[in-house]
Amino acid sequence: MEILVAIMVGVLVAASVYLMLARNVLRFLFGLILISNAANLIIFASGRLTAEAPPLIPEGADAPLETVANALPQALVLTAIVIGFGLFAFALTLVFRTYQNLGTLNSDEMRLAEPEEGGK
Amino acid sequence: MSWVLASPIIIPFATAVLAFLFRAGPEGRWLSVIGSAGLLVASIILMVDVLDQGVIAAQMGEWAAPFGITLVADLLSAVMVVITGITGLAVAVYALSDIDTKKEALGYHALFQVLLAGVCGAFLTGDLFNLYVWFEVMLISSFGLLILGGRKVQLDGGIKYVTLNLVSTILFLSGVGLLYGMTGTLNMADLHGAVQEVENEGLLIVIAILFMIAFGVKAAVFPLFFWLPASYHTPAISVSAIFAGLLTKVGVYALIRTFTLIFTTDIAYTHTILLWVAGFTMVTGVLGAAAMNDIRRILSFHIVSQIGYMILGLALFTPLAIVGAVFYLVHHIIVKANLFLVAGVAQRIAGSTDLDRIGGLYRYAPFLGLLFLIPAFSLAGFPPLSGFWAKYVLVKASLDAGAWWIAAVALVVGLLTIYSMTKIWGYAFWKPHPGGVEPRLSRLEGKDRAALLTPIAALAVLTCIIGFFPEPFVQFAERSAAQLLDPTEYITAVLGEPAEPEVPAGLARLEVTE
Repeated sequence: MEILVAIMVGVLVAASVYLMLARNVLRFLFGLILISNAANLIIFASGRLTAEAPPLIPEGADAPLETVANALPQALVLTAIVIGFGLFAFALTLVFRTYQNLGTLNSDEMRLAEPEEGGK
Repeated sequence: MSWVLASPIIIPFATAVLAFLFRAGPEGRWLSVIGSAGLLVASIILMVDVLDQGVIAAQMGEWAAPFGITLVADLLSAVMVVITGITGLAVAVYALSDIDTKKEALGYHALFQVLLAGVCGAFLTGDLFNLYVWFEVMLISSFGLLILGGRKVQLDGGIKYVTLNLVSTILFLSGVGLLYGMTGTLNMADLHGAVQEVENEGLLIVIAILFMIAFGVKAAVFPLFFWLPASYHTPAISVSAIFAGLLTKVGVYALIRTFTLIFTTDIAYTHTILLWVAGFTMVTGVLGAAAMNDIRRILSFHIVSQIGYMILGLALFTPLAIVGAVFYLVHHIIVKANLFLVAGVAQRIAGSTDLDRIGGLYRYAPFLGLLFLIPAFSLAGFPPLSGFWAKYVLVKASLDAGAWWIAAVALVVGLLTIYSMTKIWGYAFWKPHPGGVEPRLSRLEGKDRAALLTPIAALAVLTCIIGFFPEPFVQFAERSAAQLLDPTEYITAVLGEPAEPEVPAGLARLEVTE
């Protein structure tokens, strides 16, 4: 199971690196979503995958009696998803505003803040 | 719950909420000043406690370490929080005049306070995942501050800042995940012990490098610094100053923390990489600065170059070198924020920060000249200002360690820093103004003059105090370095006495679920 997830992470990262190498900033952003999901899967898998064993404590006990799934990575992933979503929403708005104002999505043409020599 | 530890985080957050509610009126900016002053007081109380009792720690929500989130302050954390308070207050006062009502209505002061909260949180947390969360708090507010106003250059710089920082965040998150997978804990004090027991050392080094890259982007080290000179000169001066002072230093702090507490299993490998990185960072930063022709862009490149010195201290990893790194960190935040504030005043009275378009500042505003020279000479390392002692300690540490070449690099870079500072001096202060303008300080209204010059003068005095009386500061840095190199006190404060805490079955340790 972990191996499957690991391969999936690899494929996601490969695809996202491909997207992020593009000059188009929007493609870069899509790459960013993919790689952030890959990171979430890494956390999830590194907590070890335990199928069909919800982390529940039976009534009257202080700790789970049998082996249960690790609940901590799920909490971490949840936090990371929420944060990642917020950041992505911001980044998307920023790219949209930039497109409206600068009229381009090509990162090579974004030279306002760092003008080329002599091109002031 | 310990109020001493939590208040440097709670105060800015509370101020942010109030400042947001009053963003339409003039109350917002005064709330920001009061809140920053409150943060400074809270940070000094924290500092006194840490000096008094040694490392203090508190478990949030009463969850015992290593399961809950720990806040912990050793001398390094405490001094960083104090410096955050000082620069925060200075910039909040400066912003009284610098930030227009339009930016205020968009929530500048609230974002600024959230940024301070995020920075303090990052300094005080004792948990890696929590550190990630504080980085995000810091990052999202810095995004807002950077593009506030929405000029085209800001959007352009913002794109580069946002995208590269997001990539580094994701690397950091992956590193956290993998480290948890190997050790089963995220508490930094607990990790110190846990990484010693890891069998697959190779994988641990890979994770260490992931962290190095992630924090390296935040700290703007070679070759990961490109976002910094692309964006730091675009926002309002107050924003530039607080970014220049604090943000990259959070990255340096995170590097120092993780590479003294957690990743010390293969120093010969990891810290050698850091040493090379330090050398290249110093050189590329200073050369980049030499090629620039705008005060703010020159200063931005100098941030990069100066980061190299701090990394150098960490990389040598001898007691004296860590002393140098801590001293440098403290001195640099004050000096760098101050230089940006001076650049802001120059822009106000002379009309620009572009060196070709300004001049005459020495003739018409000699007081500003003095205020520029103090941080500028300190940055370059002139005795007896603070930068001299910082550089002296680091160069001595590298000579002691037998690393001649890096000592030479550090000295040459110091020389080139003087070149950049003389360039600013020659163009902005000595040369007559090309437009025939007489840039007098009296062109500012009295109210503005007070708000702009008071923080600059205060920071300059602080630089002089560190320079003229370095003894207590060096002693402090020595104590701090001793704590960093022997983390026993840190670990005991967080986890309690070495007696192994009973781990409930099936809860935390991974071998249980495997």
